[in-house]
Amino acid sequence: MSSQPTSVAVRPDGTAARPTAFQRWSVPALTLAGLAVLLWVGQSGALTKYTQTVIMFMAVNVIVSASLNLVNGYMGEFSCGHGGFMAVGAYVSSVLGVLLFAKDRVFGPPLLPPEWALVGFPLIVLVGGLAAALAGLLVAIPSFRTRGDYLAIITIAANYIVISAVENLDVIGGSRGFMGMKRVVKAMGRAWDLPWMLLWSFGFAVFTLWILRRFVYSTYGKGVMAICQDEVAAEIMSVNTNRMKVAAFMLSSGLAGVAGGLFAHIVGYVNPGSFGILKSTEALVMVYLGGMGSLSGSVLSAVLFTLLLEALRPLQIIKWIVVPLLLILLMQFRPEGILGNRELADVFPGLRRFFRFK
Amino acid sequence: MAVLEIRDLTHYFGGLCALSHLNITLEPGTLTGLIGPNGAGKTTVFNLVSGFYRPSRGEIRFAGRNIAGLKPHQVTALGVARTFQNIRLWKDLTVLDNIRIAQHHRLGYGFADAVLRTRRFRRREAEIDAYARELLEVLELDHVAGELPKNLPYGLQRKVELARALSVEPKLLLLDEPAAGLNTADVEELIRHIRWIRDRFDVTIWMIEHHMDVVMELCSHITVIDFGETIASGTPEEIRTNPAVIQAYLGDDEI
Repeated sequence: MSSQPTSVAVRPDGTAARPTAFQRWSVPALTLAGLAVLLWVGQSGALTKYTQTVIMFMAVNVIVSASLNLVNGYMGEFSCGHGGFMAVGAYVSSVLGVLLFAKDRVFGPPLLPPEWALVGFPLIVLVGGLAAALAGLLVAIPSFRTRGDYLAIITIAANYIVISAVENLDVIGGSRGFMGMKRVVKAMGRAWDLPWMLLWSFGFAVFTLWILRRFVYSTYGKGVMAICQDEVAAEIMSVNTNRMKVAAFMLSSGLAGVAGGLFAHIVGYVNPGSFGILKSTEALVMVYLGGMGSLSGSVLSAVLFTLLLEALRPLQIIKWIVVPLLLILLMQFRPEGILGNRELADVFPGLRRFFRFK
Repeated sequence: MAVLEIRDLTHYFGGLCALSHLNITLEPGTLTGLIGPNGAGKTTVFNLVSGFYRPSRGEIRFAGRNIAGLKPHQVTALGVARTFQNIRLWKDLTVLDNIRIAQHHRLGYGFADAVLRTRRFRRREAEIDAYARELLEVLELDHVAGELPKNLPYGLQRKVELARALSVEPKLLLLDEPAAGLNTADVEELIRHIRWIRDRFDVTIWMIEHHMDVVMELCSHITVIDFGETIASGTPEEIRTNPAVIQAYLGDDEI
């Protein structure tokens, strides 16, 4: 075949475009700027602890909705057990963190010097993600034979299995929950006084979008979209559909595990009730609010949804009447979600001149 | 060696015998037809060859290797591509993406390469892209590369599906009713097109078709099946005058 060098940056209209320096560096620069702002926010006390927590929840929700979008949006399967994977990630990283870096009544003194948490923290979050990815493998297997409603039921069941398993494990607190993660976070702060949780939440959110974007825009990852649009054709046209499903499910659930690990360390306390079917539903709402198959939509909806939940907090339990009502209205008037299968740059093509996110 | 050798191929759906004792040999570079009335089991044959069903009995040898029981993507990776009776393009992915994805079996990189954008990934993506563009150009489809198939007219969709099958770089191409839904002018173009594809891409073609003029014009050998049974096999002339074929198509006069 012709080996004429073609730029990988090919736009949908078929023209090959070499990015300008501005396009190439705008996203990394923006990421660094974001980290700098958060650093300032954390150090100066310009925002209250509460506002900071809301920002961290936003980042966690971005990870949750973007990762679920891979399976429910890009691949077109219907998985509703995302909370279960968050639980796996949350518990594995919490237990690991407390075991290694904090003194605990059950686990005794830390196995490693607490100041090592500085390096250890991102690693334990990633290990939590890895454990959740392995749990995702179990959900991938039934997806070989069934999809639609049946897969939805299986994933809900998986969610419940995880929750019941945790509830019955007394070593990690059972249904009372597990705590001690604040000590891990404090250990990081003692080693070097920075707003670590703010920085890591933001960092992992960017990492999630980066990894998903690269996956979905490679010819390899596009196999996932081929499965969504016609699974039979995908298999016949040489896409190994089973392997693609395993890859997508594991990536999606692994990132959910990362979100769970961050959540646990932000709150400083986990209990199995936080990762039940309500959590999974929140994840679904965010995916459908933002638009299936749209990463920027997922980010947008995660931010809006977090703000909405906080704004409705005074309503207490009535919140859970208002939120589903909003979902019904959304389905009624804009069933494709805010961006609906398009990225922000597709809606505003002018944005393409300023950045490139690959 | 024969490209495809089917021996005693039999398939049951539950208790229903959809295909019984089919024997066919396809020599390299030939154009062969498979015809029969509706429900005769023609598409079942293609589904068996492409690995969609596991045959109840019999052998399917592709280039000397028994492929019965392989998964569809494995069969395709060996060099068997097909089109569908009702077009099955990925309608919301661009034509270019459709062609690119059909090279999945020779991507040559994996998940880690895609995420880390390794040299191998960049090189292979560039090659896949260049190959897809060249293929579209050769097939005179380059002007629709950026279009979504759902926005294309029916005849073009058929051509794109053919292009997608060719991007597998098949040795054997199965065409399931390529002329379905085309008008007379399109059919004439299709006949020229198929013959040209066989010569240009050096591929063996086996087709199911209801348009008798297409089959008679193109195929050097035709097999006729009815209710899963092979009722005739031979050159177009032999088939045209075969009483069993005429009976299968026109019905039995006796009550």
